[in-house]
Amino acid sequence: MNRRELLKLIAAATGTAMIGGSALLSGCATQTPTRFSAQNIALLDEIAETILPRTDTPGAKDAQVGQFMSVFVTDCYTLDEQAIFHKGLMTFEDSCKKTYGRSFMKLQQKEREEFVNQLDRAAKADIAAGGIHYFTMIKQLTLFGFFTSEVGGTQVLRHVPIPGRFDGNMAYKVGDRGWATK
Amino acid sequence: MSTTQHFDAIVVGSGISGGWAAKELTEKGLKVLLLERGRNIEHIKDYVNAHKEPWDYPHRGRPTQEMQRNHPVLKRDFVLNEETYGMWANEQESPYVEKKPFDWFRGYHVGGRSLLWGRQSYRLSPLDFEANLREGIAVDWPIRYADMAPWYDYVERFAGIAGSLEGLDHLPDGQFLPPIELNIVEKDVAARIKKAFGGKRLLINSRTANITQPKPEQGRVNCQYRNKCWLGCPFGAYFSTQSSTLPAAMKTGNLTLRPFSIVSQVLYDKDKKRARGVEVIDAETNQTYEFTANVIFLNASSFNSTWILMNSATDIWPDGLGSSSGELGHNVMDHHFRVGAGGLVEGYEDKYYFGRRPAGFYIPRFRNLGDEKRSYVRGFGYQGAASRQDWNRDVAEMGVGADFKNALAEPGAWNIGMTAFGEMLPHHDNRIYLDKNVKDKWGLPVLGMDVEIRENELAMRKDMQQDAIEILEAAGVKNVGGADWGYSPGMGIHEMGTARMGRDPKTSVLNGFNQVWDAPNVFVTDGAAMTSASCVNPSLTYMAMTARAVDHAVKELKRGNLS
Repeated sequence: MNRRELLKLIAAATGTAMIGGSALLSGCATQTPTRFSAQNIALLDEIAETILPRTDTPGAKDAQVGQFMSVFVTDCYTLDEQAIFHKGLMTFEDSCKKTYGRSFMKLQQKEREEFVNQLDRAAKADIAAGGIHYFTMIKQLTLFGFFTSEVGGTQVLRHVPIPGRFDGNMAYKVGDRGWATK
Repeated sequence: MSTTQHFDAIVVGSGISGGWAAKELTEKGLKVLLLERGRNIEHIKDYVNAHKEPWDYPHRGRPTQEMQRNHPVLKRDFVLNEETYGMWANEQESPYVEKKPFDWFRGYHVGGRSLLWGRQSYRLSPLDFEANLREGIAVDWPIRYADMAPWYDYVERFAGIAGSLEGLDHLPDGQFLPPIELNIVEKDVAARIKKAFGGKRLLINSRTANITQPKPEQGRVNCQYRNKCWLGCPFGAYFSTQSSTLPAAMKTGNLTLRPFSIVSQVLYDKDKKRARGVEVIDAETNQTYEFTANVIFLNASSFNSTWILMNSATDIWPDGLGSSSGELGHNVMDHHFRVGAGGLVEGYEDKYYFGRRPAGFYIPRFRNLGDEKRSYVRGFGYQGAASRQDWNRDVAEMGVGADFKNALAEPGAWNIGMTAFGEMLPHHDNRIYLDKNVKDKWGLPVLGMDVEIRENELAMRKDMQQDAIEILEAAGVKNVGGADWGYSPGMGIHEMGTARMGRDPKTSVLNGFNQVWDAPNVFVTDGAAMTSASCVNPSLTYMAMTARAVDHAVKELKRGNLS
């Protein structure tokens, strides 16, 4: 839909505006950027896969969402935001080890879901109280990275590059997929 | 100084109005030099992102930190994004001064903002041309709707405007192609609004410069419903300089296009009281050239056309050509917006849509018509759309996992939203000026901006929000919420005024045919000429005004009145 016409009415699935270099978190940007290691990206892939798992359609790992997050955070986040994200990844592992005695990579599927669900609730509470939670960043980027990927856009959502016509009264039944772009 | 080259006419700027000036002048047989300060962009070939999908962008369309550092102005709004990056003026090379906040979003390349425009195309109405006189505001337009109507017809037929005939006095019908359709929800909401307000408020099809039928004579294919207009349309489905006016001008064999040509001044012959040409700085080599011509059209975008005048004939008028009126640079206008409402439409779960439209609906002005007198003058219209929510929505009580993914893969509820575009009054104290302390990359003084919205606009904004809520609620929309996201002048990207038309050289810069009173062979036919703003998108008026002025210019040339 045309950029100016449409109000941004939709509350994002994470309950806050997209984080990434806006005035949201500008402060003393004195840190130097942290780089993502291969382990970081593998961990992000597993977290993302827990949020959006492969079912009969592809999941976050199929769309290389971990890799996307590393690029997006490095290029689009402010240094302050990057610091929160990287520190969050460490907190994530620390708190996982504290709870389960193991790294997230070593958890069973059920444990992963339990841990991520609990984080999701904590993050939602923080956002509702006007704060910021690193898990909100991860979840936003997982959703954004997945549904704007080719895998997500064409195999989970639907996309027709050149529609050629407009039908404003198309039949829809539950289970039909949404369009990838407006 | 290099050798001087002579042309019949020079057009400065290649955007919407400059493209029209070049087309009309060349088709009337004049040899024309079209000057453009930026690089060339060739139709289709140079639309580098036209076929890209979201996943083809490393950041999926979002701006990086580096992009934001390079564009401290552009980043204030949606216009800074990965898709159109490189299509906006370089802010380091071409700075400006904000005495008060002003968002100036510029396109310095062949085609200008005709490649980036919103394409909404409405006629000004008889009411608009008479409003200043009736209300005693600023000065009277020297023209009336009847003067413009045939020229609106003329440009609409060529550009191709999709729209519906509504028979409204305050939003005149035009020569339309079939409209871009409303979707089922918009159609039903339109019927409910009509009933609730007894036909006094209407939701209609937008009028947009996207063609819904092919124009084979121009090599243009009808809209393919990709909604990627801003990337340049490889089908030529929307009106731009590149898709429409430039090829027509080229076809005559009478056009010379010169990119990288910054016009630093109009050269003025004080004995003849005529312009004799322009001075050009080559943006790449910094070399200075002179080009002479019998007639000059300034179409450099409102503020830059005025900037050129401010730098011209300063030996006679220190504040520039056209400044004898005391109005050059004054009466800046824009459309104030970013206020509106939206909500949820219940039902229609068995309905969806196919194709991505380049435009939604329009709600024409309904305030201060007839005998109504609000606490402010003039009015506003709304642009909006209804659609189903996408993956970026809240799914109640669902955190993560397979069910969450599957739920987001389906469209959500229908919602509808609309944003108001309000008329801004011409006010003498809203002005641009030359700031000689700040220079651009080429050592030229830059513009300072001293503009603000005032009581009339602020009072109007309350209605703009409240009426949106009222309309949607009357149409049965649920959870209606209104908002004012804040607005700085310029954000509408509809800069107008600064060299207004009028009936008296003492109070206006241009006469009724867009001629500078002090140099009748200089025409200004972009937004600078606007005497008032109306609340409708202005580009169609620049097109019509330009075609009309060229017709007059060529007749006057033949009569020998311009030399």
